[in-house]
Amino acid sequence: MLLNNRRDSLVRSLGDTLDTVVAGRSPWADARARFFRNKAAVVSLCLLAIIVLVCLVGPYMLPHAFDSADWDAMSLPPTLKNAHFFGTDESGRDLLVRSLIGGRVSLMVGMLATLSSVALGIAWGATAGFIGGRVDTFMMRVVDMMYAVPYLLIAILMVTILGRAFYLVVITITVFSWMDMARVVRGQTLSLRSKEFIEAARAMGVPTRRIIFQHIVPNLLGVVVVYTTVTVPGVILTESVLSFLGLGIQEPMTSWGVLIHDGTTVMEISPWMLLFPAAFLSITLYCFNYIGDGLRDALDPKDR
Amino acid sequence: MALIEVRDLGVQFQTGDGLVYAVNGINFALDRGQTLGIVGESGSGKSQSVLAMMGLLARNGHASGHALYAGEDLLTMKPAQLNRIRGNRVAMIFQDPMTSLNPYLTVERQMTEVLQFHKGMDRRAARARSVELLDAVKIPDAARRIGTYPHEFSGGMRQRVMIAMALLCEPEVLIADEPTTALDVTVQAQILSLLRDLQRDFGTAIVLITHDLGVVAGLCDQVVVLYGGRVMEQGSASDIFYHASHPYTVGLLGAVPRLNQDDASLVAIPGAPPNMARLPKGCPFSERCNLADAHCVDTMPVLGPSSHRAGVLRACHRSAQQVADNHLAELSSA
Amino acid sequence: MPEQPQPILSVRDLAVYFDVRDPGAWPWAPVRKLRAVDGVSFDLHAGETLGVVGESGCGKSTLARAILNLIPATSGSIRWLGREMHGASRQQWLDVRKDVQMIFQDPLASLDPRMTIAQIIAEPLKTHHPELSRSEVMARVQAIMEKVGLARQQINRYPHEFSGGQCQRIGIARALILEPKLIICDEPVSALDVSIQAQIINLLKSLQKDMGLALIFIAHDLAVVKHISNRILVMYLGHAMEMAQKKALYAAPRHPYTRALLSAIPIPDPDLERKKVIQILHGDLPSPISPPSGCVFRTRCPEAIDRCAQEVPDLRRLSAQTEAACLLA
Repeated sequence: MLLNNRRDSLVRSLGDTLDTVVAGRSPWADARARFFRNKAAVVSLCLLAIIVLVCLVGPYMLPHAFDSADWDAMSLPPTLKNAHFFGTDESGRDLLVRSLIGGRVSLMVGMLATLSSVALGIAWGATAGFIGGRVDTFMMRVVDMMYAVPYLLIAILMVTILGRAFYLVVITITVFSWMDMARVVRGQTLSLRSKEFIEAARAMGVPTRRIIFQHIVPNLLGVVVVYTTVTVPGVILTESVLSFLGLGIQEPMTSWGVLIHDGTTVMEISPWMLLFPAAFLSITLYCFNYIGDGLRDALDPKDR
Repeated sequence: MALIEVRDLGVQFQTGDGLVYAVNGINFALDRGQTLGIVGESGSGKSQSVLAMMGLLARNGHASGHALYAGEDLLTMKPAQLNRIRGNRVAMIFQDPMTSLNPYLTVERQMTEVLQFHKGMDRRAARARSVELLDAVKIPDAARRIGTYPHEFSGGMRQRVMIAMALLCEPEVLIADEPTTALDVTVQAQILSLLRDLQRDFGTAIVLITHDLGVVAGLCDQVVVLYGGRVMEQGSASDIFYHASHPYTVGLLGAVPRLNQDDASLVAIPGAPPNMARLPKGCPFSERCNLADAHCVDTMPVLGPSSHRAGVLRACHRSAQQVADNHLAELSSA
Repeated sequence: MPEQPQPILSVRDLAVYFDVRDPGAWPWAPVRKLRAVDGVSFDLHAGETLGVVGESGCGKSTLARAILNLIPATSGSIRWLGREMHGASRQQWLDVRKDVQMIFQDPLASLDPRMTIAQIIAEPLKTHHPELSRSEVMARVQAIMEKVGLARQQINRYPHEFSGGQCQRIGIARALILEPKLIICDEPVSALDVSIQAQIINLLKSLQKDMGLALIFIAHDLAVVKHISNRILVMYLGHAMEMAQKKALYAAPRHPYTRALLSAIPIPDPDLERKKVIQILHGDLPSPISPPSGCVFRTRCPEAIDRCAQEVPDLRRLSAQTEAACLLA
């Protein structure tokens, strides 16, 4: 029917001679372009990358070990002498190195706990959302009950009973961080389920498993990515709170939370003990928040 | 002096893709008891032009030109002055009856609010008047139903409530933006018949926005055909329907499925609706027009009086005769 | 229209009821039945187009989905090529899905936004013929794209880069790639501009002739179905009101509802439109949870008599071309 129009047939034959396949502009490419237009998000991304790099590589470049006590330099304010750039604590341990090592731990706990809570949340939410009915109701009531549990008390209980090993801290934090993701994924799955392209897939005879993996999951990823960046600060903060209460990482290993706790005890005499770890933590959390905002704006379906 | 006079109305939007000219150069005049139909497809700018007149444009929109109501320019009025006219002398009804009524307020509250604000009536008098109007739009059991919420009415009923609300202050002009598009065809017939009756009884001037040529044929005296934000052709209803002289109008009339037509094939207009951010320098319809040439793409045709029929304005580089000849040729080859 | 001896699709007394509970009722309160489709029967032959027309709430979309088992039918019989499909297994339905495809109302929403149109159009092939090689699949995809009027160069584009009409062409290409015998079109042009509607209707007609397709064309607009249907089924509140050959329906409608529908459609001709006598239907659509007794249309019918409340009229054959469900026809 298009061939009725003389001009259209001309255009078509021109297209045939060119015969180059046009590359599409995928929604991901669109989102990426939008993200990089957001200056705050890009700056935060760079800053976060720097922090991660410094935490990883920094301790190897500094002369001090994180647990070696320098008896000559106890409770020193930041100074160039002896290369104690951030000062030392009351045992003479260099604060800069401890901050960086602490950063490694905080970020590691943050990543691991986030990944596991995201995985658990997606599995829980997508199953509940897709199956629906009584299974969905039951699974969501479990989520509600988890919300109702006072996590700090249970965390204290768990740590007291099970001990303070690194992996146990990760598990404890995971147990209380997966619910948000589950809810969000379930909501998204529910709305996707009634979309016409899912109905079209069913009408075609696509098996359920393929519908979930080929159609639902890719369309979930946008929301998942955004919520992951929101989960990470929460997890790091939870770890810091646990450490602050003395329930987190064990000595001599340290994390930002531990350092902040130690810093508050000597706040009046050696304020730098509190300021530097707190600054690290705050900047990292801000960065994650801005990145999360940027991702949310970039993936906003309204703009599509 | 005409009741409503619009001169060179234009609407621009500031978007991420740059300045988009959604509407350009609309002119018309309307007197009491007359109906004007603004016809177009998506992207033609028909809704934006009346939203501009009512001061309801989005924040990144800007209106240019003049929209005179009783001699005063609606586009340059202060908000307080505009509020005294909106809902009072010039009323508007919208497309989707589901979302244009506040679901949290009873119908009574929403109607008496209008009367209290514009006419200074007290609650009781406002309620009585509202019931009167609900009766006029044939809502059964109006006195009881006025106390219910919008979701308890069906779509057709909600649209009647909107019409009643619009008529509360006996406006001189009623602007209807696709008032029946979301309704079933039998309900649409009821609403259109209602509008006709009300116009006869109250003498209201109606500006009707629609994409449905059948609705225009039944209700409108004058017709403006828009495409890509510009007027393609403008004239009386019989001029437009029986003596269409613009390729777009001809194409549109040929593409509408008709009940009374025998099994003839529908004449399709090739191509797709325009991308308002990337219009050609010349006529916006040139990309899809059978008769277009390089001149049409480069140079904007001026909207001027047709040499063929008095009272018709058209914007086309081809003459009316050429369009008619081409149409005949197409019909015989189909 | 040369009639095949055996219809490819035979539907008898199809009913689709949904269980609804009053909002706020206790969990043990008895459920009520929403009768979306309440006893519809028809036959469809190869190459034929059946138009299904009705207003909102008439059950036409539910009917379409029940035929494909997207919504399970509550009772009745659906025979595809002679085989009873009501209650059939998933595997049996999978076989049928090779031959029966569907296109949807919202062109953009029926396409997965994260897939290229090549992947979208190829999906039915990959589902039913996983043994085909990539190049074979691509060749077929490109061939069908050309058939529906899409440029081959667009093969890696995403749905949001296309206009409404083009998206509907993609949907049609996807439905056609398995060379089905029947395509169910659920209001395929309602969301499109008038000038694009004509393109799509013309395209469907030419494809039908070219590929010998049968179509079930669902719409709310009698003017639209006129251009594409051989027979038309008019539905109201889940019941069939009239079923007639196209010419008979438009020239001499026998059911009051059909007459009201036809008179209500605005004609783009000022003289005709203004002189027209419209049969106004009073009142509102009754609730499908508690439909009126007897004939469901009687509450709005201008010709209703007392008997209409007591007897449910069956779809009676009134002539070779028309069947109507009315006691007075």
